Amino acid sequence: MIAELGHFALILAFAVSIAGSVAPLYGAHRGWSDWMTLATPAATALFALVCLSFAALTWSFVTSDFSVRLVVANSHSLKPMIYKIAGVWGNHEGSLLLWVLMLALFGAMVAAFGRNIPTGLKARALGVQSLIACGFIAFMLFTSNPFERLFPAPFDGADLNPLLQDPGLAFHPPFLYLGYVGLSMAFSFAAAALIEGRVDAAWARWVRPWALAAWAALTVGIGLGSWWAYYELGWGGFWFWDPVENASFMPWLAAIALLHSAIVVEKRSSLKNWTILMAILAFSLSLLGTFIVRSGVLDSVHAFAVDPERGVFILLLLVVAIGGSLALYAWRAPSLKSEGVFAPVSRESGLILNNLLMMSSCGVVFAGTMAPLVREALTGAKISVGAPFFDLAFTPFMVLLAIALPLGAMTPWKRGDAGKVLSKLWWAAAAALGAGALVWGVQTGTSPAAPIAMALAAWVALGVAAEIAERAKVGSAPLAENWRRLARAPRADWGKWVAHFGLGVTIWGVAAITAWTVEDIRVARPGESFALGAYEVTFDGVTRAQGPNYVYERGEFHVYRDGVQVAHVYPEKRIYTETRTPTPTTEAGIDNGFTRDLYLVLGDPQVGTGGVPTGAWAVRAYVKPFANWIWGGAILMALGGCLSLTDRRYRVGAPTRAAQAHAAMAPAE
Amino acid sequence: MIRAVLLAATLALSAGPAPAVQPDEVLADPALESRAREISKELRCLVCRNEAIDDSNAELARILRLLVRERVVAGDSDGEVIDYVVDRYGEYVLLRPRFTLGNALIWLSGPLILALGGFAAWRYVRARAPQAAAQPAPLTEAERRDLDALLRDGS
Repeated sequence: MIAELGHFALILAFAVSIAGSVAPLYGAHRGWSDWMTLATPAATALFALVCLSFAALTWSFVTSDFSVRLVVANSHSLKPMIYKIAGVWGNHEGSLLLWVLMLALFGAMVAAFGRNIPTGLKARALGVQSLIACGFIAFMLFTSNPFERLFPAPFDGADLNPLLQDPGLAFHPPFLYLGYVGLSMAFSFAAAALIEGRVDAAWARWVRPWALAAWAALTVGIGLGSWWAYYELGWGGFWFWDPVENASFMPWLAAIALLHSAIVVEKRSSLKNWTILMAILAFSLSLLGTFIVRSGVLDSVHAFAVDPERGVFILLLLVVAIGGSLALYAWRAPSLKSEGVFAPVSRESGLILNNLLMMSSCGVVFAGTMAPLVREALTGAKISVGAPFFDLAFTPFMVLLAIALPLGAMTPWKRGDAGKVLSKLWWAAAAALGAGALVWGVQTGTSPAAPIAMALAAWVALGVAAEIAERAKVGSAPLAENWRRLARAPRADWGKWVAHFGLGVTIWGVAAITAWTVEDIRVARPGESFALGAYEVTFDGVTRAQGPNYVYERGEFHVYRDGVQVAHVYPEKRIYTETRTPTPTTEAGIDNGFTRDLYLVLGDPQVGTGGVPTGAWAVRAYVKPFANWIWGGAILMALGGCLSLTDRRYRVGAPTRAAQAHAAMAPAE
Repeated sequence: MIRAVLLAATLALSAGPAPAVQPDEVLADPALESRAREISKELRCLVCRNEAIDDSNAELARILRLLVRERVVAGDSDGEVIDYVVDRYGEYVLLRPRFTLGNALIWLSGPLILALGGFAAWRYVRARAPQAAAQPAPLTEAERRDLDALLRDGS
């Protein structure tokens, strides 16, 4: 009954989404204001209906209603409650419903908070948003219905994929989708602006918060995924350049470009066309990511061709959305005029360079991800593109980015003086080079990668410090004045500083873990001790026990440094007994530290001749220096985005003219 | 009781798949081993999804890891080992595609975007420069004459 309610709500939502797109778009075209104002209640109703539908599906999972096919395939009555709930989106159909829920949520938020948006722009933006929702709801209803029943209902379910039964991965998809779908709002605003043929500072002020929120959510989502891979997959890798990861990484890069170019539209009324294009591109890449992950094209191009129903539908959505918006862009964009004038050395140019580097690096990821698919589809030849390619082809752009960032961030708007910028940053450059040299001298290896990366990380972080010092007038004003100036700095500036600093922190973490990980793979007997870098590890033994829906073997290790115990870790090997094919998963034992993680993994029991257990176990032990800095930096980046989101100019929501006057009075960022 | 039997049975099963490099695969010579690890990171586990044999749990990955170590111990250079594996399993095994005509676009996409985009951006920035936009065209000869005449009349 509940499932049918959910299904019914979804069908109603489909109808509402059609009405909510056709009426406002046509009304705006004809200038009928009563049709246009329909957009607001339609967006709210759509959200309410999808909410109801999602709640119904959640209810089916929570109560383990095994007459619903999806629950049978992805849940089990013994599963802990949190994973019953996470199971709702831990599968194809449910994740699509979550996608649409977020989509409707963002539309409803614009409807609720966008009182100051001009009626036409609002009607068109909500109309486009509703159109996207319509496409995805149709996809669900016709090819991936989450409410399908199963008769007769089995006694119990097949359980969720064990890898997904983990806090990191349970909350990875919601954040990721929040990001993808947040970009849909920027896309809808871009399409609306193209239809209207008008882009101004007020438009940019409406788009940027969505792009910021989406980007921050994507950052958290990607960070969670990476963190999960680090502790779950059993050898402490944090990024694998897997197509699924790349699918979320491309929109992230494009969103960065969008964020930065939208600032130029808002403050300087330049780069309008380009910003619109970035908004279209960022969401197109989100759709592409959804296609890559959801169509099954990754497992094999042939699998896609054999069961093409879903894939073809998403491909169609993709073609309509991307092709349609790009056609609209080609038709309308030339009529958008940019007024701003700026010198070659200026903040504007710096932000253009940012966009160039983002697009180039995004191009590398795109080419590397799509090439094997395209190659196989066209010629049947199979090629692989993996981590070694991306490490080599992607990194140079990040190096350029890190070099350019502090310079561009310090350059004033409109016209800058290269000499002046350098004079404010020379000490940061010197200190960064010093840090690189120090690392070069201290490290035992001969690889130049670590010293260079360390110098870059220090340069980015110190560049932020130099900028803050400059803003506070450190040295040229009394201390009280310094504080006062910092306290008065807009939140958007604090957001920028925190996010840029976070990038430095992440670069540092990535460089350290890549260059200085210590690894030890061995067979150990209970009671045995072995050295691991500067540490001494003692293996105490293995116990076996039973979890809620799994059995596990748990190793016990003590770690000493200079004779003092520093850590006590318990790596596990789990087997989820309720899944169809029980396979072991590893739960690494990790002692988190500020400057290093101790990372232990329990391998297999060793078997002697004739299959007799010898009592010894395979053990892998790692020291991962500065591992937490990778995700710490990601958190800082997301925090920076959120800080910027709370900036006064978004909170006040003053009418256009007053806001512009305020912007004109405020000192240039 | 039944639980305990089940437990024992499933745990016995667990000895099957092995995560990544196993202790018995590790070479005694650390220099050779580290070379083997670096080579392993370049080679794809053919039955996995985009995983290097160095990270993979699959049986085939283990066979390939052992093969790589065998060649390294036999005195092959890194390039020779990779060629040897490619000869047997095809280009598909390479996680870093070779720079060939067919693969050129994969390698050049980033630099091309940067170069073309950089050129376009440079032209755009130059066109927006205040000098170009703000400075009016120089006076023509006729205009100058008129201006001089006006100034003379005024004085």
